[in-house]
Amino acid sequence: MFLNSNPQLNKNGELHHLLSIEGLPAEILRQILDTAQSFVGVTQREVKKVPLLRGKAIFNLFFEPSTRTRTTFEIAAKRLSADVINLAINVSSQSKGESVLDTVANLSAMQADMFIVRHSQSGAPYLIARHVDADIHVVNAGDGRHSHPTQGLLDMFTVRHYKHDFTQLRVAIVGDVLHSRVARSQIHALTTLGVPELRVIGPQTLLPSHVEKLGVHVYHDMTKGLKDVDVVMMLRLQNERMQGSFLPSAQEFFKFYGLTAEKLALAKPDAIVLHPGPMNRGVEIDSDVADGNQSVILPQVTFGIAIRMAVMSILAGN
Amino acid sequence: MKIHIKNGHLIDPASGTDARQDIYIAAGKIVGIGAMPAGFSANRTIDANSLIVCPGLVDLAMRLREPGFEYMATLESEMEAAIAGGITSLACPPDTDPPLDEPGLVEMLKFRARNLNQAHVYPVGALTVGLKGTHLTEMAELTDAGCVAFSHADAPLTDTQLLLRALQYAATFDFPVWLRPQDAGLARGGVAHDGQVATRLGLPAIPVCAETIAVSTILLLARETGVRIHFCRLSSGEAVDMVRKAKQQGLRVTCDLAVHHAHLSEMDIGYFDPNCNLTPPLRSQRDRDALRAALADGTIDAMCSDHTPVDDDAKQLPFGEAETGATAAELLLPLTLKWATESGLPLTQALARITSDPARVLGIKAGSIELGASADLCIFDPARYWKIAPQALKSQGKNTPFTGHELAGKVCCTLVEGQIVYEAA
Repeated sequence: MFLNSNPQLNKNGELHHLLSIEGLPAEILRQILDTAQSFVGVTQREVKKVPLLRGKAIFNLFFEPSTRTRTTFEIAAKRLSADVINLAINVSSQSKGESVLDTVANLSAMQADMFIVRHSQSGAPYLIARHVDADIHVVNAGDGRHSHPTQGLLDMFTVRHYKHDFTQLRVAIVGDVLHSRVARSQIHALTTLGVPELRVIGPQTLLPSHVEKLGVHVYHDMTKGLKDVDVVMMLRLQNERMQGSFLPSAQEFFKFYGLTAEKLALAKPDAIVLHPGPMNRGVEIDSDVADGNQSVILPQVTFGIAIRMAVMSILAGN
Repeated sequence: MKIHIKNGHLIDPASGTDARQDIYIAAGKIVGIGAMPAGFSANRTIDANSLIVCPGLVDLAMRLREPGFEYMATLESEMEAAIAGGITSLACPPDTDPPLDEPGLVEMLKFRARNLNQAHVYPVGALTVGLKGTHLTEMAELTDAGCVAFSHADAPLTDTQLLLRALQYAATFDFPVWLRPQDAGLARGGVAHDGQVATRLGLPAIPVCAETIAVSTILLLARETGVRIHFCRLSSGEAVDMVRKAKQQGLRVTCDLAVHHAHLSEMDIGYFDPNCNLTPPLRSQRDRDALRAALADGTIDAMCSDHTPVDDDAKQLPFGEAETGATAAELLLPLTLKWATESGLPLTQALARITSDPARVLGIKAGSIELGASADLCIFDPARYWKIAPQALKSQGKNTPFTGHELAGKVCCTLVEGQIVYEAA
């Protein structure tokens, strides 16, 4: 039955939807990274377009506000020569009227080829993927706390670009893992690609209760957790978590879990620093580090377009 | 109408009967077991060869959705489901709209149910007005109207002082109080068990301590007040251990388990199956195993369907937004048999959990086969496998995590007060 079989792969084991990194074999992750590599050149040319998706209709279906992710998907689709339709669906008006599935059914009737979906509820893209016609592809652009696979993939692309071999790395993910779909995607991608030592660092209130079952080592002390790591992946702390029941204040969080030059010095000298953006300077990361020479935060954004081009072109080709 | 049920294998957990015996029914009552009463001549003979004849099932939690949720299910559709599942007595929780918090509503429900002439309906009254957790209901009036116990259904009860007073008041008149133990604060926002699946899927979680803290609070208050407590729908092994100890200490406490929690665990959520969004959440496999063992050893008194028909519009939503619950009245028997087979239990013991034991919890005369008793019976084929197809269910709710499963045990015939109310085609 669909609910128990991997809904992302078709009968031939090829990618049909991209819903989560979890459950994807390493070969598919590598295929996406390799394809993205070939697109990096395109994005640097004067004419930044290839005709791979000409005539295809791609719907950006955002049930939760987003500027950055939606824009990068739009740029990626346009560089592949697809027609892009952006839909920002106000969640509050939606709760009174049309259901997710009605929205999707209506758009399918407009001959959509691909849906890029963001939703505040974990699993919403699975619901959509279960109900669309067999020739429509769904890409998860972030669902609740669950998954943000293209972000995870662009992070892998960035790590591979600078560090080459995953099997030799010690990686630390720092901050609000509990609420982070990015962290879950990174963890699955890194373990699938063979990273031997993966750490998560944060206070108990911001770590899921069974996070060690995902194959990570848990640290509450950042000075211990950063020791000798090759890659530091910072997470964004949402404003609403900064004070209240998860944390007393942004200042106290920064004191213990903010990345400063001093703390970064505990990592390997050539360690790189990633952040999915948008950054809260002075909350999870100090400006010195964010703008410093170990930061690869801006290259991440550039690679993000190539990754999304790769995902869309692979899906359309399968 | 005189009915002769012949050649059936009679199982009556209350008396321990487990033998091939005929039953004779006249004027709604059982007039003969084994031996035909003198001068008996049947209008109707049912051949129960290779079938099991047992007391009609007693279900401690079946939502009929009336009043207020007729778009999800109606009394007609759900009573059909009950008798198709062999259920002849059922308790319905007060979580209707409005909740069962005044006698008129209860009388109307009983009246409507009686007119359908199918299963017996035993309403459980609301413990507080509107299930809002602020004012006590008129429990004595509600009892006169037909309520057999008082409950807060799944509505949060945050005020422990009010809970104490509700239990004191109920204890004064010896009204039983049925509570599903859950600390409202710890469960706030949660949709799945706080375990590895919720961690992986990024689902807001409900920890086990949300249940154990509530069990602990309620047990302490029960000791204080002497009230009769029934815990509804336990979900964790730890909570079961607490109830086991309380029973050993002589506290008047009983508890039940929903069929889903006897068979499923958090793993069954799979890729966000909204049919597995249940209240309480499906917990770990270890919890499930502890619940099954406790049901076998009698710590858990009864298995119930926790039947909750939900319409597709409310279920086909992202996991966390989908309405909780599953349809199960027609699955109570086969899922109990499945548990019994897998646990290596004799049928007399297994069927007790859905007949005589829940009848004892309810405090009603039902769930047994004895001379002079009302002829509420279930006749089923234990060897007949059937595939769960939602559209074939009588219930208006088609939502079940067991879709596609093949289960043994199909009800052939249900009798209520000596009337054949259901016969399989």
